[in-house]
Formats: sequence, C-alpha cells, structure tokens
Amino acid sequence: MRAANLFFLLLGVFALCVPLLGIYPVFMMKLLCFAMFACAYNLLLGFGGMLSFGHAAFFGSSAYATAWLATARGWDAAPAILAGVAASALVGLLVGLIAIRRRGIYFAMITLALAQLIYFVCLEAPFTGGENGLQGVPRGTVFGVLPLKSDVLLYYLVLAAFVAQYLFIRRVVHSPFGQVLKAIRDNEPRAISLGYDVNRYRLLAFVLSATLAGFAGSLKTIVLSFATLSDVQQAASGEVILMTLLGGMGTFFGPVAGAAVVVTLQEYLSEIVGGWVTVIIGAVFVACVLTFRRGIVGAMAAWRRSTPDG
Amino acid sequence: MTEIFGVPVAVILGQLMLGLVNGSFYAMLSLGLAVIFGLMGVVNFAHGAFYALGAFAALLSLQHLGINYWAALVLSPLLIGLLGIASERLLLRHIYQLEPLYGLLLTFGMALVIEGLLHQYFGASGQSYPVPSALRGVFNLGFMILPIYRAWVILVSMVVCFSVWYIIECTRLGGTLRAATENAPLLQAFGVNVPLLVAVTYGGGVALAALAGVLSAPVILVSPQMGSSLVIVVFAVVVIGGMGSILGAVVSGLSLGVIEGFTKVIYPEASNIVVFLIMALVLIVRPAGLFGKE
Amino acid sequence: MKSLKSVWAAAALVMAALGPAPAAFAAADEVVIGDIDDFSGTYADVGGNGAVEAIHMAIADFGGTVLGKKITVLTADHQNKPDIGASKFREWADQSGLTALLGGSNTGVSIAMAKVAATKKIPFFAIGAGGSSLTNEDCTAYTVHYAYDTTALANGTATTVVQNGGKSWFFLTADYAFGTQLQTAASKVVEANGGKTLGAVRVPLGASDFSSFLLQAQGSGAQVLALANAGEDFSNSLKAANEFGITKKMKPAALLTFITNIDSLGLATAQGLYLTDGFYWDLNDDTRAFSKRFFEKIKKEPTMDDGGYYSATLTYLKAVKAVGSTDADKVMAELKKTKINDMFAKGGYIRADGVMVHDMYVMQVKSPQESKYPWDYYRLLRVMKGEEAFGPITGLCSLAPK
Repeated sequence: MRAANLFFLLLGVFALCVPLLGIYPVFMMKLLCFAMFACAYNLLLGFGGMLSFGHAAFFGSSAYATAWLATARGWDAAPAILAGVAASALVGLLVGLIAIRRRGIYFAMITLALAQLIYFVCLEAPFTGGENGLQGVPRGTVFGVLPLKSDVLLYYLVLAAFVAQYLFIRRVVHSPFGQVLKAIRDNEPRAISLGYDVNRYRLLAFVLSATLAGFAGSLKTIVLSFATLSDVQQAASGEVILMTLLGGMGTFFGPVAGAAVVVTLQEYLSEIVGGWVTVIIGAVFVACVLTFRRGIVGAMAAWRRSTPDG
Repeated sequence: MTEIFGVPVAVILGQLMLGLVNGSFYAMLSLGLAVIFGLMGVVNFAHGAFYALGAFAALLSLQHLGINYWAALVLSPLLIGLLGIASERLLLRHIYQLEPLYGLLLTFGMALVIEGLLHQYFGASGQSYPVPSALRGVFNLGFMILPIYRAWVILVSMVVCFSVWYIIECTRLGGTLRAATENAPLLQAFGVNVPLLVAVTYGGGVALAALAGVLSAPVILVSPQMGSSLVIVVFAVVVIGGMGSILGAVVSGLSLGVIEGFTKVIYPEASNIVVFLIMALVLIVRPAGLFGKE
Repeated sequence: MKSLKSVWAAAALVMAALGPAPAAFAAADEVVIGDIDDFSGTYADVGGNGAVEAIHMAIADFGGTVLGKKITVLTADHQNKPDIGASKFREWADQSGLTALLGGSNTGVSIAMAKVAATKKIPFFAIGAGGSSLTNEDCTAYTVHYAYDTTALANGTATTVVQNGGKSWFFLTADYAFGTQLQTAASKVVEANGGKTLGAVRVPLGASDFSSFLLQAQGSGAQVLALANAGEDFSNSLKAANEFGITKKMKPAALLTFITNIDSLGLATAQGLYLTDGFYWDLNDDTRAFSKRFFEKIKKEPTMDDGGYYSATLTYLKAVKAVGSTDADKVMAELKKTKINDMFAKGGYIRADGVMVHDMYVMQVKSPQESKYPWDYYRLLRVMKGEEAFGPITGLCSLAPK
C-alpha cells in the first residue's frame, strides 16, 4: 500500500504547514472538528450499519455542556471538554438504550425524535441561552499552563486530537470488537446464531460513536467560542450524513474527505452563490444516493483496484 | 367562569378546538406518508417539501394568474401530484432494490433541493395568502371566536381522510393497492401494471400533502421552511399510528393535535415535544405502533 | 505509475477543496466597514438592503474617502443565527482588516457580536437590535448602541398606553433576548404607572401561527395585548389578533414597530396604535431631503434603522478623520466626546455605557381618512428628550458606574 502511505504523508505535511501557508486556522479547525464528527458517525453507520438520523444531539449536548461549564462555572478548557464528552456519552447511552431495540427505519425514526427532544431541551432550558445559545466561551489554557488565545497553537492541538481520534477509530474497527460489529452489520441472524449478544455490541458502538461525536462538539465550542442551536438542529444531523455518504461509508478516510468538501463548500460557496448552497448540497446528496454510493474514497479505492498496480 | 387546573374552561376548549385544526393537518399529511410507506417502503422525507410546494403553487397562481382559492384546491394537488410522479419515475425507482436507508436519504436530499430552491426565490420570510371571501368571518362559539375558515379545514380534512380510507379499504382499486403491498411480483404476474401503480401512488400521496398545503395557506404564512418543522412531527405521528396503517395515521394525527392543544394549556413549553415523548413511549411498549402490524 | 496518479488525484482533490487564498489584508488605516444584518428573514424589511443603501449614502455625503484612502463596505446575512454573525465578524477581523462593524437587527446575534468586538477590539455599532442589555450586563468598551433600545421603547409606548387607560397587560413575547428584555422594561413602566402585568406567553421567533398564543392572551382577561416582538412577528400577530376578534376586547400595544410594518399591514388594521420611533421621514426638511434620496433607490421610506445606519456611518467616518487613524481605542474615545448633529439626531451624544442618547418620538398611527398622501402614517404626539427616553445610567455596565 505504498500509494496510500505517500498520500497520508503528503497530507500530514500539508496539515502541519497550514499556518505557514496563510490559510485561516479557525476555518481549518472547524473543518477538523467536523471531520471528527463525521468519522465518529461513520463508526456507527459505515461499520455498524446503523443509520442514526439525530447524531447532532450528541455533538450539540457536548458543545452545550462544555460551553456552560466554561462560562457559567469558569472551568478551564481541558476539564470542560472532558465533561462535555462525558455528557455526550451519557446522552448516547440514554438514547441508545431506547433506540437499540429497533432496526432499520424505526431505529432512524427514534433517533430523529429523540434528537428533536434534545433540541427542545436546549431551546427551553434556562441555562442554555435559548435562541442565543451560549456565547463568549473563553479559550482558557492547556492544563493551566499555556494560554490558548493563539489560533496557531490551538490549531496544532486540534490537529493532534483529530489524529488521535482517527487512529483510535482504526484501532477499534480492527479489534475483535470491530470485527464482530462488522459481522453483525453484514448478517445479523448469523451473528446471533454464533452466540453473540448482538444488542450489547450495537449499544456499545452507539455509545462510542456518540462519545466521539461529543469530543468533536466540545473542541468546536472551544475553537469557535460558542454553542448554539445550530449544533443540535436537524440540519446538522443531515450534514454529517452527507459528509459520510459523500466521502465513502465504511472507509476510514471517507468521512474526512466528505467533511472537507462540505465544510469548504459551505464556507466559500456561500460567498459566491449565497442561498444556492442548500440546493447544491441537496443535489449532491441526491446524486450520491443515485450514482455515487461508494463515495469519494470508496470510488477511488475501486478505481485503484481495477487498474494494475504499478 | 369555571376553572380546571386553574385555567378557565373557555381557554381549554379553545385550545382543544385549535388542536383539532392542527390535528386535521397532521391527519392529512400522515395519511399521505402512510400510503407511500405502506406501498413503497419509502419514508418520504420530501413530504414536507411537497406540502410547501402545494402552498406556493396556490400563492403564485393567485398572484400571477389570478387563480382563486377554489380552483387552487384542485389544481395545486394535481400539479404537485404530477411532479411527484415525475420524481418517482426519474429518481425513486432506482433505489427500490437497495436498502431502505437509501430511500430515506434520497428523499431527504430531494427535500433539501426543493426547499433550497424555494428559499432562493422567495426568501425566508413568509407571505400571506388571503382567506377566500366565502369563508371569512367567525363563528361565535361562546367560549371562543372560531374563524369560519378553520372550521372548513376540519371539515375538508375529515372528508378527504375518510374518502381515502374508503377507497383503500373498500374499493377494488384499493384492493389492488393492498395486494401490491403484499406481493408485487405476483400481482404483476396477474397483469397489473405495478410500476404505474407505484408511480401513481406516490403522486397521490404527494398530492395529499399539496392539498394540505393549499388548505394551510390562509392560516399560516407561506414560507419555504413551513414543511420542514412539520414533517418531523408528522413522522412521529405516523410511527405512533403504525407505519403502514391508514386508520392509524388518521386517528393518531387527530388525537395528537388535540393532545398538543391540551398540553398548550397546562404546560405550554412542552407542547412542542409531547408528540416525540409519546412516540418514544409507544415504541418501547408497542413497537409496531398503535394500529400497525409488524 | 497508475497508483501514484491516484495519490496525486487525491492530494489535488483535498488541496483544491482547501484552495481559495485568504483575502488580502487592507492597508493600514484603511477603513473597512462591515454590515452583518438579517437580509432574508423576519427583520429583512426593517434594515437589510435599505441599511446598505444608507451606508453608501453616508459615505457619499462624507466625500467618498477618508484619510486619503478608499472606504470598503462588506455585507453578510446572519440569518438570525448568533453563530453565523459571530463567525463572520471574527473572520472579517482576522482576514479582511475590518475597522468597524454595523449591524444587528437581532439582539441575540448582536450580543454575540459584541463579545467578538471586545475580543478583537473593533468598534461595533448595534443599530437594528433593541435589547438594552447591550449597554448594561453585556456592555463592552467597543459597543455603541445607536438608534433605540428597549428602555426607550418602554418609556415611550408603555407609558402612553397606560396613561390612556390600559391598566392590565398581557404580553405576547418573542422568545429570545430582545423579547424578554422588552417585556421586562415595559412591565416596569406599567407598574410604575399604576398598572399590572397579568401574564405573558413566549412565542418562538418567526412563528407562523399565533392562534394558540393569542387564545391564552384572551383567556387572561387583560385590557392590553402587548406585542413584545418586531418585524414579521409583529405584523402576523396583529393580523391574527384581528382575525380572532381579540382586538375588539383588548387594546394592542405595539412595543416595537417600523414604518415598513405599518405599510404592509395597512392603516385600516394599524390605526390608533401608539409607538415610539427614533426617526420619521416626514419630521422636518432635513429628514425629508434624506428620505427622498433614499426612496428613489429603495422605493420605501426609510425606517429608524436606515436612518441610524446613515448617521452611524457618518459619525464613525468623522471620528476617524478627527483622530487621523482607525485605531479602535482612539476612535472610541473620540466617539464618546463628540456631539452628533445630522438629520437623524440633533444634540446626540454617546454615553459612557455606549448608549447614543438622542430624542425619541412618541407617535400614533393615523386612520385611513387622516392620511393625505402615501406614507403619511404617523401623527407626532410628543418628543421625548434623550435623557428621559433612555433613562439614567443603571450602573449595570462596569464602564459606567452610577
């Protein structure tokens, strides 16, 4: 797999040089956070075969928890992020316990409805700031030592977090747990007949995916210094599905590529074409479902397999 | 005046009345969804978008072509139904052999495109559609003033829901539809043009959504996002009723509208989520829905 | 080698996705004015494109350049989302050399942007937003609250309605910062004048159906239906109140309305409403001259926001010229020293907490018979001096102790 290694090497060099290339670090960090969100989602959809339609609930709960602790309680960045992750894990567990019993469409509908519930909690609860969300989240410091005001320093930390999560997901998927998960995705009755407690595996995958999504959410809160209703809205859930689908479900790098394309499109297209962004994203969605189900990375992998390796 | 829970009876009755009006919309929309899911196994995420299209068709035809409300009640569903048939032929039929999740995703994408286009051309703020002159005025019910138009909405949706139920359960056409749901290849072997049936069914379900759109135009502002928040609630309604059940869709739609109205009286902040809470409960206790068959 | 091709292809894809070069920084001391407003939603008619035109008119009237350099105007739609407003502001500050921001039309978004203004040290003129917290709990050294605020609205409209017999009130409140602040301010005024608040209901911003909320209002038995909302929400709630016959029993109080709302509602529906405004196109010769030019481009008479944008831009440019630089601290110090005398405000000044104190006008909407020409909508009841309208310094802002 020489080619793949070379690709990642190039990408790594590029990523390390971002601040030097004059690219806006805040934009890159936002991209990395959404890439993490998409990778977490892909764990559930691509490797676990479960379509959740309300994943924004986990991204958002963690974002709000982190924001609230950092503003109202004055927590520093790292503890606030950890607490946010714990919050999304808890929410993931609660939602998972209800949703796991069902499959397919019903599973998707339950996640959708429960995500709406969480949206309304975020809207109505007295400490979440309602329509305004929570603003002015301070950057804080790294364990009380280094202040995080510098965009560049924060960028490298977020990059490190991204790489760590990416490698962690790879590890999980290649582990025995991951193998069983994929087996359940491919043929559930057979997995049951082999004696595996299918629901336990699925629940664990669900909670893991929710927790990692939460990690992305808390990082995003520290980077952009706010948590708002956009984080828990239905649109955000739809976006992460698109990123995963576009990039390639069930691949590792797919969600990252998908997130890169979608976030960049939204950021730069909206300046050029304004409101057409939604239409374009919808059209891309439709096109992907009809003709491009393997996604970018999947299609490239298939193309590489079909050409003789030089 | 008398009070229950510290709330005047007049207010309770008024909210229940409004809840019945909302419930009528829920019933019509979930009816279309249930029909489409029952026959095609597709969860039509674009239902809300077609609902908005129906309202916009009525609005635009009034503004530019002078077509009045009564004509729009017929023409808009017809037009949008044809659009639905076209989308089915062009887009949906490619994904039937795939997993159901792709149907969800495809219709989700369709909804984004439709709503995005509406947003582009009409902006985010809504436009108002006038109440037809024959239906202006109010009924003084004593406990509240009920605009005549809202009573009309309840009437129309009852008639439509009952007619659709009747057609599906008691006529030959309905029988054919139900047969297609159970065993499409066998039905095709009997000489029925099943693909055409499917296309027309999708068009019909979508037309129901458009009709709801026209009905709602004088009540709420016609805006591009009018369908997107509604469609999630309607999904919950359909799940509660049982995903393929026509009767379930109508009954749950009406009851949930009323329950929502009641919640607005005792605990207004929860009125937005009461439907989802009930859905979660129903799914735990009776996973197939109240009227559904597993 | 074919496999290498795929590597380049992938790399190219990612690079292309991240490609666009960052905007070039503006030269030092070059004025870049940003406008982040609602261009597509509930408040689009109140500021939106009209406000952008007002900015350009002010730049033209100032002379087109300042400190010998051109003036750039950037615009963006915040879609009533605080995260979009805050992100855009931050991005312009980091990437485009922004020197001043005008904006709002949504208190929640403006509060978020004020926080960015404090972090990035850029003057922020909150014009469209009403919430008084912008100069109290949420004040910053760089915020100027320009055209009006919820305190002034309450002092004008609420006082007038109570004094005209509306003693018991029920609020229909837009469920976000602006609505709640407006309700609080108005309730205080009502109670101070011997009235009582019987209850309130919170309505989501941009709600499409007000019927159930209005039913609750009716059930309260209050004399006054107080509409603590604005823009489309205001128009729709008033229309629905008429439809359900509620306005026959309850007197509507329009706590914030703009002339464009009255225009779309029509005088038949809106007549008799009391309102407080910071600007009226037909007030005097100066306002009429400005409004004539504005009308030619926009085809509507300017609202208080449009007038505010014009005046704020002019005031900012004058301050920059006076200090000879775009340095935020110097400009802010200059702004808090100058008197503002233009067609929008005479004898206006910016207080330590950021409020631009100027006269406000209590008006009543004319009946269709009284209106003699297009847009002849208001009758002036009285002029509230700035100090009366905006009230004394509350001490809630650390920059302006009591």
